[in-house]
Amino acid sequence: MSTSFASAGSAALAKRAGAAWSLSGLLDGRPARVAVRIAACLAGVAVWQVASIYRVDFIVNFQNIPSPDQVARASVDLLRSPKLFLHIGNSLRRVFAGFGAAAVLGVALGLVIGRSRLAEDSLLTPLELLRPIPAVAWIPLAILMFASSEGSIVFITFIGAFFPILLNTIHGVEGIDRNLIAASRSLGAGPWAIFREVVLPGSLPSVVTGLSIGMGTCWFSLVSAEMISGQFGIGYYTWEAYNLQKYPPIVVGMIAIGLLGMGSSALVRVVGTLLMPWRRLEQAKDR
Amino acid sequence: MNTATPPGRIVLEDVGISFGRNGNHVEAVRRISFEIGSGEFVCLLGPSGCGKSTLLNAIAGFVHPTEGSLTVDGEPVLGPAADRGMVFQHHSLFPWKTVLANVEFGLKMRGIGQHTRRGLARTFLHMVGLGGFEHHYPAQLSGGMQQRVGIARVLVNEPRVMLMDEPFGALDAQTRLMMQELLLEIWQEVKTTVVFVTHDIDEAVFMADRIFVMTSRPGEIKAEIKVQLPRPRSPEVMTSPAFSELKRQCMAMVREESLKAMGGAVSPGRTWRSVAAR
Repeated sequence: MSTSFASAGSAALAKRAGAAWSLSGLLDGRPARVAVRIAACLAGVAVWQVASIYRVDFIVNFQNIPSPDQVARASVDLLRSPKLFLHIGNSLRRVFAGFGAAAVLGVALGLVIGRSRLAEDSLLTPLELLRPIPAVAWIPLAILMFASSEGSIVFITFIGAFFPILLNTIHGVEGIDRNLIAASRSLGAGPWAIFREVVLPGSLPSVVTGLSIGMGTCWFSLVSAEMISGQFGIGYYTWEAYNLQKYPPIVVGMIAIGLLGMGSSALVRVVGTLLMPWRRLEQAKDR
Repeated sequence: MNTATPPGRIVLEDVGISFGRNGNHVEAVRRISFEIGSGEFVCLLGPSGCGKSTLLNAIAGFVHPTEGSLTVDGEPVLGPAADRGMVFQHHSLFPWKTVLANVEFGLKMRGIGQHTRRGLARTFLHMVGLGGFEHHYPAQLSGGMQQRVGIARVLVNEPRVMLMDEPFGALDAQTRLMMQELLLEIWQEVKTTVVFVTHDIDEAVFMADRIFVMTSRPGEIKAEIKVQLPRPRSPEVMTSPAFSELKRQCMAMVREESLKAMGGAVSPGRTWRSVAAR
């Protein structure tokens, strides 16, 4: 199967991403370990502070790097400024549009491709050929394809989210236990009932994984697109700060992007957990 | 629903089932002919890989005979249907549905209203001793309980035939025995035809009216053994001389076929001759 390699890759990615995105991991475990983890983070910030005060120039040049205290002050400035909502609002709107379209199209196509051999042969091959192209590489063409820069940014965001969602959905549909399909048929289910009662819920765990990864890649693509062709947006804010040589806001922008990406992926997983009450029980049993 | 439940008589005439094309042709079963009467409990017994599950899948309608005819109550089997319900070996409950919703499934497929199907599903859950577990998910149940849900999920459709593919094979010995007793109790109540696939000789002798012993692949009917132990049966029957005698007969035949299937791993000389003789 042509998708197996890609699916295995994205499953591994999901596992790692799951670990990287769980901030709660910081606070799990014995107090001593929690203390070490927090101390490690503080030490990192301290090293950064010292390096920027003494303007260290060894491999990494800290001469123009803003120090943590400057970043903290710039953060407070941004939080007080009305522009904050303008930037974040624009970015969220683009993610909502691009991710939404990718979710609808990726899940729909994934379900069809996973169920139908004809759809797999006719649709999956061209999609597999497009998949290795990174979303960022689409930027020049996207600018030509869409009349507005807004359209091209949303398109790049869409591309970023689409493939992980598509491939994980296909993986989920193909991974459904054949026994369950057989059982539903022997209980009188026709093709539509099998789809609704078995295929949809059976692929849901994998679909949610795809949506969660897609949300991450979607932010990544959005920021790249905003840096190049945007007006407003958190990526634009970061790039504009660089162009205006206001260095502390660069780091503020980076942190904001990280927080927004983490928050929206967490949201996807929370929604997924609510949709799949049986999963918690299965996972609890596995442990 | 209760009007004139059809009898569930299964007739196989010269049924052969093969898989694959050209190069990888596998003949699973060959020249199978038998008749199973209404309300009878029949076990298909044989070494693993003898095609007994394939035969069961053919009665269920998952695979089609390549030769011969297979009818239930005179109608050829064209595909799976709820009146030939199947209990699988394991992992066949819908993990995303509660116990109650799993049992309701077949009724829902028939378009029966929620109120009616809830009531029926509860009745059958009580029958298998799982009243009170309606809102659990399968992952919260033990293996034995899951199989009881699987049985209720089939019986709620009042099938003419219940097909069971080594349903207790994955359970521990104690649970297996309890499940066998429970199944016999339920069967005496609902009186549906049961075709039960197993490789466990004790299980077959304890439960069946008749046992068809199958040869190793391609599976043929090697012998038909009538089990005339009195019913209702309790585990005590397993210590009776009649039980031992039936068990001895089955064991000799199954062992012979297992040796053939293993191709000499146990006693090379003897198997070599039996292979050469064929």
